[in-house]
Amino acid sequence: MIKRERRRYLSLEVVSEQLLNEQILLDAVQASVHRLFGEYGASKANLKLIKTILEKRQFVICCSHIMLEYVRAAIASTTEINGKAAAIHVLGVSGTLRALSKKTPKV
Amino acid sequence: MKRFADLHLRVPLNDQPKAESMIRKASELGYNLIGIPLSPHTTREQISQLRQICRDTKIDLATRVNFSPRTPKELLQSLRRFRRKFEIVAVRCHTKDVARQAAKDRRVDLLQFSATSIRKRFFDESEAELASQALSAIEIELAPILQLTSFSRVRLLSRLRKEVTTAERFKVPITLSSGATDELLMRSPHDYAALATLFDWPMSSALRALSETPWATVERNRKKLSPDYVAPGIHVVGRKTGD
Repeated sequence: MIKRERRRYLSLEVVSEQLLNEQILLDAVQASVHRLFGEYGASKANLKLIKTILEKRQFVICCSHIMLEYVRAAIASTTEINGKAAAIHVLGVSGTLRALSKKTPKV
Repeated sequence: MKRFADLHLRVPLNDQPKAESMIRKASELGYNLIGIPLSPHTTREQISQLRQICRDTKIDLATRVNFSPRTPKELLQSLRRFRRKFEIVAVRCHTKDVARQAAKDRRVDLLQFSATSIRKRFFDESEAELASQALSAIEIELAPILQLTSFSRVRLLSRLRKEVTTAERFKVPITLSSGATDELLMRSPHDYAALATLFDWPMSSALRALSETPWATVERNRKKLSPDYVAPGIHVVGRKTGD
């Protein structure tokens, strides 16, 4: 039996003056992972967007658990989205969506 | 629960609303202590005003001074004049002579090196040996890692990897701080610790450099600056009042 890949769910908050949508955010995070760790690292990270709360500028993404620290570093190193100054903060990290919503009640 | 500290939050002192918002942001991000660099000639009123803002946002303030001396003599003069006025003394080392003098002086808490000019990072084995005997810590600012791009960032990360290895070998404490001048450059302690993994430093050690190490520096200096301090290991435990 193939072992299921372990994942980590991250809730993110974006600080930026521009209007955002999920694709812009995912592209920004993926570009940052790619810039720091290359195509190999980006392929291992296996980033996916799970949930969006646009009015609160919050997003939930998931990544491979072995790449969590690297994904976090890439998220922290994001200083611009779409050419405009921005910052992304990680509000919480968890192995399941249910635990994540308990940890970060805002999401 | 860990108490986190950012010993180098460069808030604009002449822009009070921005300063307040940066201090509030630091509190929201989970810091319990911030160090704000002040001019050596800052008045007591200005410091108490800052303390009030920090008290309102429920965050502890450590007063800090950054010296950028050109010669070791200039450094000694500054230390003699201002050491007792501030809780943290950091020295930005622009020359090797200054770096060596700062590393061996027990009055210096933090050693800082240029983030943009790698040749001016003098933290080698000799420097580490001097620093390990004098309790001074090396300060690594993380804002430049966010600001620099392509090769400058690659060079900085490579240099930091070497410095961290040297510091750990000689047991020199490392303090991580933001060096942020703007809210958009501020990150939570866990995010900064994740950034430290870029120079192969484990998360647990990086979190210690954002909590225990800076707190130890500040608490040691607060004890020394208190009126009850006499000498290392000797302090006043009580005073007898006159009849």
